[in-house]
Amino acid sequence: MTRYAGNVAAIRALVRDQEVHRDVYVSEEVFQLEMEHVFPNSWVYVGHDSQVPNAGDYFGTTIGTQPVLLVRHTDGKVHVLHNRCPHKGTRITSETCGNTGKFFRCPYHAWSFKTDGSLLAIPLKKGYENTGFEQSHAATGMAPVRHVRNYRGFLFAKINDGGLDFEDFFGESLSSFDNMIDRSPVGQLKVAGGVLRYMHNCNWKMLVENQTDTCHPMVAHESSAGTVVEVWKKAPPGTKKPMAVEIIAPFMSSYEFFENMGIRIWDNGHGHTGVHHSIHSDYSAVPGYFEKMKAAYGEERAKAILDENRHNTVYFPNIMIKGPIQLLRHFKPIAANKTLVESWTFQLVDAPDMLLERTLMYNRLINAPTSIVGHDDLEMYERAQEGLHSNGNEWVNLQRLYSPDEAEQTNVAVNGTSEWPMRHQFRAWSKFMTMGM
Amino acid sequence: MSMLADAPLKSAVPTDQELIDFVVREARLIDQQRFDEWLDMYADDAFYWMPLEWNQTDPRLTCSLMYEDKLLLSIRVERLKGARTFSQKPKSRCHHVLQTPQVDSRNTAANSYVTWTAMHYVETRLEEQTLYAAWATHHMSVEDGRLKINLKRVDVINCDAAFGNIQLFM
Ligand code: FES
Ligand SMILES: [Fe+2]
Repeated sequence: MTRYAGNVAAIRALVRDQEVHRDVYVSEEVFQLEMEHVFPNSWVYVGHDSQVPNAGDYFGTTIGTQPVLLVRHTDGKVHVLHNRCPHKGTRITSETCGNTGKFFRCPYHAWSFKTDGSLLAIPLKKGYENTGFEQSHAATGMAPVRHVRNYRGFLFAKINDGGLDFEDFFGESLSSFDNMIDRSPVGQLKVAGGVLRYMHNCNWKMLVENQTDTCHPMVAHESSAGTVVEVWKKAPPGTKKPMAVEIIAPFMSSYEFFENMGIRIWDNGHGHTGVHHSIHSDYSAVPGYFEKMKAAYGEERAKAILDENRHNTVYFPNIMIKGPIQLLRHFKPIAANKTLVESWTFQLVDAPDMLLERTLMYNRLINAPTSIVGHDDLEMYERAQEGLHSNGNEWVNLQRLYSPDEAEQTNVAVNGTSEWPMRHQFRAWSKFMTMGM
Repeated sequence: MSMLADAPLKSAVPTDQELIDFVVREARLIDQQRFDEWLDMYADDAFYWMPLEWNQTDPRLTCSLMYEDKLLLSIRVERLKGARTFSQKPKSRCHHVLQTPQVDSRNTAANSYVTWTAMHYVETRLEEQTLYAAWATHHMSVEDGRLKINLKRVDVINCDAAFGNIQLFM
């Protein structure tokens, strides 16, 4: 049954000022339309420069559910190609990442392609003479994703020609990337430490919304963070606070803490929590780090960079970054009720190893399938994914601190427990879903 | 089942059989959810390590699924008892099938013993039952006449796969 395809009015009706219809989470049809519209119309994160440092290096990922690969061409430029052979559709690379040398060779019939995707050679080429092959789609090689942008090492791609250009799409929100990158004394990040992968039986948007949900930690994480606080209370007085306690305990901060920390709203569904302070504000100093920052930037600027303690910055549609801890989470949609979460960590180039150590500890304590904090969240998403099938109420409430004139405002900082960012994400969702429909 | 390893060692140096019994008993305590007794098998400065990478050598600058000291392990055990531990309502259960542990090294002078155990581990909650295949490496020593675990390393065969929740201990 199709209710939504081509039906702009029906799609728009799913998002009201203060609530959204459950079909945005449970309908397979809506999910398919997201893959056809939301993701191709948006600038989607595809990877980091440091994952493909040398010519011929490639890395496979997805834009929505479409497989693409990044590859560094001989001229140093990174191309994003649809990971599909133009002959019969075979996925070109067998591993997620590697080096292909000067060309890709399809494992099925050995068509080969330059690392910019163009067709290099076909065995028994004669068989295509006088068949009009030159005019075929296949002759153009592996289809490129035409719109690619490298922002200080972070690679984004947009499949559709329509939509917004890069600057209009992101606007001021790029300041969160700037802050994360500027935390390196040489202004450079490197993917490091390995990627944690975590399978969630729920809709991808539940994860995105959760990144700005500040009314849940002290409730859902009482089991993990609350236990940390309780166990830590029993430590003999004077015991040095372990890094792990520094990381987990702030999840139990009060409502007041989260209200005061603030949330900033930018255009197009982007925004961040932690305007004034955050759960990352009170980490102890890493020996030698500030000295390096001071030498690189001068004292005042170094302080300004490190005093910025944004908690979660959400980039529409499906990533979140944590500047103070150099972590990026990628919420990859698989089906309406299935999402792969990849948590990537970055090393601050030329900074002490202890920073990477803390980043990795954070990642495994919070984002691993073996993490107790992660268990708390996933349990809630999976219960929501099930509960939404109840016909008792078809609407999800997003009303907290709603103000009727908010849709017109941008770049405002509001109460840290507002559900404005979620309403705002759904306004963007509605816009990119119906753009060009 | 012999609860040999629960008792003090017969002599200052553990026999191979005593090492084996100790490893088997550890799995049994997890399966029976006797987590406080289980925790007692670990030395105060012990680590429980589940690498994320095949043949991983560095737990510090490479991410792991778990790399936890006794404080973190005891937090997990406390959490499992919590009234508001929603991901454990209802509770998970687990089941270990071990191959006979192999004694890889015995260094009496250094008070260090290492065993290697192939195993299948099943965790179940609600309708879901998930099978993991893994190898457990136990680094042990003798403390006050009893064996203690200094490091337990669990290498899951598909360590880099995308898992759902893994809630108990392998
Ligand atoms: S499918 Fe790729 S060469 Fe035939
Ligand atoms: Fe959470």
